[in-house]
This record gives sequence, structure tokens and C-alpha cells, in this order.
Amino acid sequence: MADATSGATALLFPTPRRVRRRVRETADTFTLDIETDGGETAFRPGQFNMLYVFGTGEVPISVSGDPRRPGVLVHTTRAIGNVTRAMERLRSGATLGVRGPFGTPWPLEAAVGKDVVLIAGGIGLAPLRPLLYEIAARRRDFGQVVLLYGARGPEDLLFRRQLERWRDAAGIALAITVDRASPGWTGHVGVVTTLLPHAPFAPARAVAFVCGPEIMMRFTADALRRRGVPETSVFVSMERNMKCATGLCGHCQFGPSFVCKDGPVFAWPRVRSLLSVREA
Amino acid sequence: MTDGACAPGTRVVLARAGLVQLLAALREAGYVLVGPTVRDGAIVYREIDGADDLPVGWTEEQEAGTYRLRRRDDDAVFGHNLGPNSWKERFFAPRVRQWQAHRDEKGFRIDAEQSLPPRIALIGARSCDLHAIAIQDRVFLDGLAPDPDYAARRRDVFVVAVNCGQAGGTCFCVSMGTGPRASRGFDLALTELRDGAHRFHVEAATARGTAVLERLSCEPATGAEEDAVDAVVAATAASMGRTLDTTGIKELLYASYEHPRWDDVARRCLTCANCTLVCPTCFCATVEDVTDVTGDHAERWRRWDSCFTADHSYIHGGSVRATGRSRYRQWLVHKLATWIDQFGSSGCVGCGRCVSWCPVGIDLTQEVAAMRETT
Amino acid sequence: MTESLEPILARHPFFQGLPAPHLALLVGCTINVRFAAGEFLFRAGEEANHFFLVREGHVAIEIAPPGGAAHTLQTIGVGDVLGWSWLIPPYHWKFDARAIEPTRTLALDGKCLRTKCEADHDLGYELLKRFAQVMEERLQATRLQLLDVYSRG
Repeated sequence: MADATSGATALLFPTPRRVRRRVRETADTFTLDIETDGGETAFRPGQFNMLYVFGTGEVPISVSGDPRRPGVLVHTTRAIGNVTRAMERLRSGATLGVRGPFGTPWPLEAAVGKDVVLIAGGIGLAPLRPLLYEIAARRRDFGQVVLLYGARGPEDLLFRRQLERWRDAAGIALAITVDRASPGWTGHVGVVTTLLPHAPFAPARAVAFVCGPEIMMRFTADALRRRGVPETSVFVSMERNMKCATGLCGHCQFGPSFVCKDGPVFAWPRVRSLLSVREA
Repeated sequence: MTDGACAPGTRVVLARAGLVQLLAALREAGYVLVGPTVRDGAIVYREIDGADDLPVGWTEEQEAGTYRLRRRDDDAVFGHNLGPNSWKERFFAPRVRQWQAHRDEKGFRIDAEQSLPPRIALIGARSCDLHAIAIQDRVFLDGLAPDPDYAARRRDVFVVAVNCGQAGGTCFCVSMGTGPRASRGFDLALTELRDGAHRFHVEAATARGTAVLERLSCEPATGAEEDAVDAVVAATAASMGRTLDTTGIKELLYASYEHPRWDDVARRCLTCANCTLVCPTCFCATVEDVTDVTGDHAERWRRWDSCFTADHSYIHGGSVRATGRSRYRQWLVHKLATWIDQFGSSGCVGCGRCVSWCPVGIDLTQEVAAMRETT
Repeated sequence: MTESLEPILARHPFFQGLPAPHLALLVGCTINVRFAAGEFLFRAGEEANHFFLVREGHVAIEIAPPGGAAHTLQTIGVGDVLGWSWLIPPYHWKFDARAIEPTRTLALDGKCLRTKCEADHDLGYELLKRFAQVMEERLQATRLQLLDVYSRG
């Protein structure tokens, strides 16, 4: 019997873990809180785990919780395929297989002493949330901190109260927008890039972390460039089909990079030309 | 020929009959022999009992989209080249169970698979294929988490290499710097000599190789025999079926993403995946999670996959590479260019199998040449 | 007082690089205008005689189907430029613009500027260059909205 303990074993074989709590966030998005033993399941913001539902399959999901609370692994995901739909039906006390953590983290150290701009599109806020926890915990290490967040509609917004608490208590400037308004919405309407031109940060000394659909990341990177943020200070998180997550099965290749081990976080110059290759 | 123990040394000559004894000695030492044999109209690597199973007197006629067995007019043992399979399937198994999961009162537990593969001896491994094995070693053993099944199968493998006495119709190992002379990854390397007595020049590279030779009757190789080996290798090198100009190939392909030649290839390519199956370095795999009828027992199996399948690049919303054009481009650019950035060498060893076994005869050396010409 | 508006206009990114005489002219056509929350800046169908620089607050570009509730297409915020219909015949607003919260703007007299641009093509070109950029950005953003990138596959 292999009880995964450390190193390569934790990467190769799922460790059975108990689901402590399942929270519905929006109509198609939910969060699982998974119990861990602390220690070896520590992760860095931007990394992901492969989550296994008994007999159904495994999917890569970014960790979306607080890296300073190793006793619980939090994952927020959309229920969009077989495995995530099966995961959505799990209740507190159920067992889930966890393999990981994998991938390159957001390079937060590169932002120390600088302004930090986080730009999230849709579910892309989930892989960025661990950064927010970390930044709030050491707020004085950074200059201006701004979160620009866009979603499809008001009913798709995630973690609103938490974001407002960070705005009020941790001095993180917050701007939220939706692509389409619904009755009663009095906030911004428009794509998330429209929030950039007047966001409160100094482009020359800013580092940007961007996560969302590929098209959104492309246009955001362009808007950042127009605002004067150097390309080398822009980081994005990519997503590809993954089976092994250890750089062996070949599915997640993106140009010469394996998204599972050379990413998912990449500096923008590295992916810029690849994102404009038309695959069809 | 002196009878009795062989003098330890790195280069000796073995009589034709000595080959029979060599294979028998390896069997006695507990190795399962895997070597070329005629099966279903092709020469394939299978488990063999001894030297009698080798394809004596057979050769192949190979061209783009063509493979035919032909009888030779002599009794050369290794007078053939490469068939549709490679050593890849011995180490990177086509189907392997990785772990089992069983429901229990606490939820479920995972039992890792303990692979206990037999010790095998590769008989007649060609230089290109030895380079391919080294390339796959880098993929499967040098990464984040070395694959335990691959590692177990690679342990204690005895390799009897053969320096090719003729080039195959689709071979281009010289262009890729992978042959025809075997230079690494073997215990013993044989060169078949048929000028005069039918015999084998043997180069022993390891202590284990020399130890096996000590149980056979053989003689030290003379200068003349060294020259004969050089001549055989040179003749093979001069008669390659194809060439591939690898100058700046990475930059060439990186700059050619929108080259019209891809449309041309796409009109021919069936995305049948043959090329990836016969290629000795392709490593894409997929995993299948299966349960039994009771739902209490689940297994994860890994099996070969191909980037030519429609759902290889599937993420929610659809496949990233939805057309044959983009999938062929992915395969070729990966094999010849991005592989270099990933693993420090080309992914192609010039074995020519993809050319022979493509049902429509697509030849990647021709595709690259066409792009080079019009760039 | 128009004198106090010159530095404000001069600092605004929209007027960056505008030659001083043109800037002075524009200042002469500028007034401060405030809108209470819920108040319309302009309505679809009305004559388009101004364009606005938003200094504070938030404006919704809306359309109301007959008998239906208004639907917000986009919002315009601090620092943005609103309104180019004053430049394009027949000079009528195509949508409603309503202040979502108390909003302060600089309103420039487009009707007056139209005449001045006909007479001074250099001024006309400077303004058109800037508005072309605003339109391009607005069009790009609208296209992205259309793509519905967050939808389910």
C-alpha cells in the first residue's frame, strides 16, 4: 500500500483527502475545502493540484486559498466537464484524491517594492486569490496594489465580500466590471481592459499578474503595454489539456513549453508570439 | 578458431556459430531475448528463443509508404534494417496500470503498481534506435517525477547492438548524427562480416559485455578486421536512402508557422497516427480511469496516445488543434524543433519508419526541404 | 470661470500635445457641468452639441427598448471622454447617457467647435485624430464584449 508521503510519490499518486466543505459560489462555480496534514501540501500562489474523483477522472485545478493556512487546500472551479460535475456533487466528508502541487508560481518576489496590478477575468480570479492573501499579509512590502476584475455578469462575480474587505482593510484598490449588466447593477459595464487606463498605479514600476480566457489575456497585455508597463513585468497563467502534470504525456505542450512544469505562469514575452499562431 | 575461454578485451571476432552460443549464453544468464524475427510479412522485434529465430537471408525494400520483405541471395543474419516496431514498447509500455483505488470505510485508498518486468536482452539494436532509447531516457527519467514503470523496465537491460551492413531505403541516420556505427548504449556491438568466413566483429563496451564473451570461443580482432568493419560502416553511410539538412532547422521551423506547405501536407495527411506509433521517440500518453461494475474498485491505466488524435489538445470549449493541418504541424515542429528546446537534442533519429509506414507516403525530409527552399 | 479650466484641460491626456493656440480656443468653449445621480447627460435623438470629459463619477450608456427597462451597454468613468456624435452628421445622440452617481464633467461646446473646425482644418485634424483613437478603443472593447469570452465553451 502506497501512502503518499513526499517528493515524487506525492506527484505520481493521488493522496486520498477528506472534503471538509463544499460552497456554491455562483450558478456554475463552486469551492471545495480539502483537509490536509499541513506540511507537505504547502503550495505557492499560482500552482495547481490534480484532483481525482474516484472512478471518474482527474483534472488540474489551481489552488485558490491562503498559502499561509496549510491545513486546508481550497480549490474553486467551474463545473464544466465530467469530472468537475462529479466533483460538484461531493459533500462534506467525501474523499477526493489530491496529487501535487504542480507548476510555476506567480513571481511575487519580483514585485516587492513595486506597484502590483492583478487583472482577473471570470474564473481567472481563483488562481490569483492566493496572491491577494499573501499581499494582504505583507502589505508593506508593496507599493500601490490594484485588482481589476471582470466577469460575464453581476451574478458571476466571485468572492465579492472578501474583495471588499481587502479593499477596506488592506488598502487594495478594487475595480469591478461586467461584460453585460443585469437589472439593478449600478457598477461598471464593459470589458476589464477598460478599467486599465485610469487604474491607480505607476506603469514604470508596476508588475502585472493576469489570469483569464486567452483572448482576454492577449488584450490585457496589449492594454498594459499601451499604459507603459514593460512586457517583462507582465505575467500570465496558461491552461492546457493535462493528463500527467509531470511533463511526460505531451498533452499540455505550448510551443516548446510544457504548461504543467514550465508554466502555468509565464512571463508575457515568452507566450506572446505563440498566442497569435492560428491553430486552425 | 581456438576453443575455450575468450581473452578479455574490447574487440574480438566471433564465428557465425558463435552467435548461436552468444544468445544461448544470455538465455542461461536469465535474460529474455528480444530480437528481430519474421512475422506477418514484416521483420519485427519479438521475444525469440535463439539465433535460429533471426531473419537469416531476409531484407526489406522500403520507400515512402512502402515496406516489403525480400529474400536475399545470401545468408546474412542482419541483412535487413528496421520494421514497424521499435524498442520503445519494451520500456514505455503501450498499456500499463499505474495504480488501483479501493473504496474503504474512510473513503478510498490508492495502491501503486509495483512493476516486476523480466530482464531482457535486446538483440540486434541499431544505432539510431539506441539514440532513441537515450532520448526517451531523458524524457522519462530526467524530469520532475521519473516514471517508475519506465525506470523498472530499463534496469538491467543487456544490449547487443548491430552496426548496419546496409542502409534502408528511408534511412537518414547520417543526417541526424545517430549512426550507422553504434557508439553508446550497448554492452556488445556486432558487425557482420561476410568477406571470407562468415563471422562477427564484436566490440565490448562494458564489463558485463566482456563477461559474456568470456564464455564463448572467439579470437582477438586483427587490424584487417578493424578495417573491414570501417569499410562496412562507410559503405552503409554512403548509401543512405535520404538526407535531412539540419542546419538552423529550429529557427527555420519556428519561422515557418504560416508556411503554405502545411496546407499542402494537410491535403495528404490522414491523421492516422501511424507515424507516431512507429516512431521510437514519440512519448505522448493518455490516462484512463476505469471502475469495475460494483464501483468499489478503480484503476488508472496509461496508454499510448498521439498528437494526431482530435482530442489530444481538448480543453473545455473544444480542441486547440482542431484541424489536421495544425496537428501535422505540431508533430513535425515538435519532433525537429521544439524538442531541441525541451530536451537538448533533436527528437528525430533518422530511422525512416515514419516515411515507410505513412499510408500516403509523406516524407518529412521532403517537407522540410520544401520549406527551406521557399523561405 | 474659464481661466481656471486651462490647466485642467492642459493636463488631461486627451489634449496632450495640442498646440497652445488650439488649447486656448478649446478652453473658451469649455464649462463645468454637474449631474446628479440619475440625471441624463443626453438622450437618444437629441441634438449632439457637446462632448464631455468625466472628472468625477460614473456614466452609463443606455438603451431602452420601447416599454422596457433601460439596458446598460457600457459605462464611462473618471478620465474618459464621452460623445463623438457632435462630429458626425446629422449630429444626433444615438444612445442615452445617464449619471449613475453624482458626476462632474467638463462639457465642451461641440456645435461651436464644428464651425471653428471647418474654418481651421489644423484644429479639426487634431481633434479628429484624438477622437479616432477614442472610437478605436471603444470599438475594440465592444468587440471583446461581443466575444463573450467567459461563456461556457
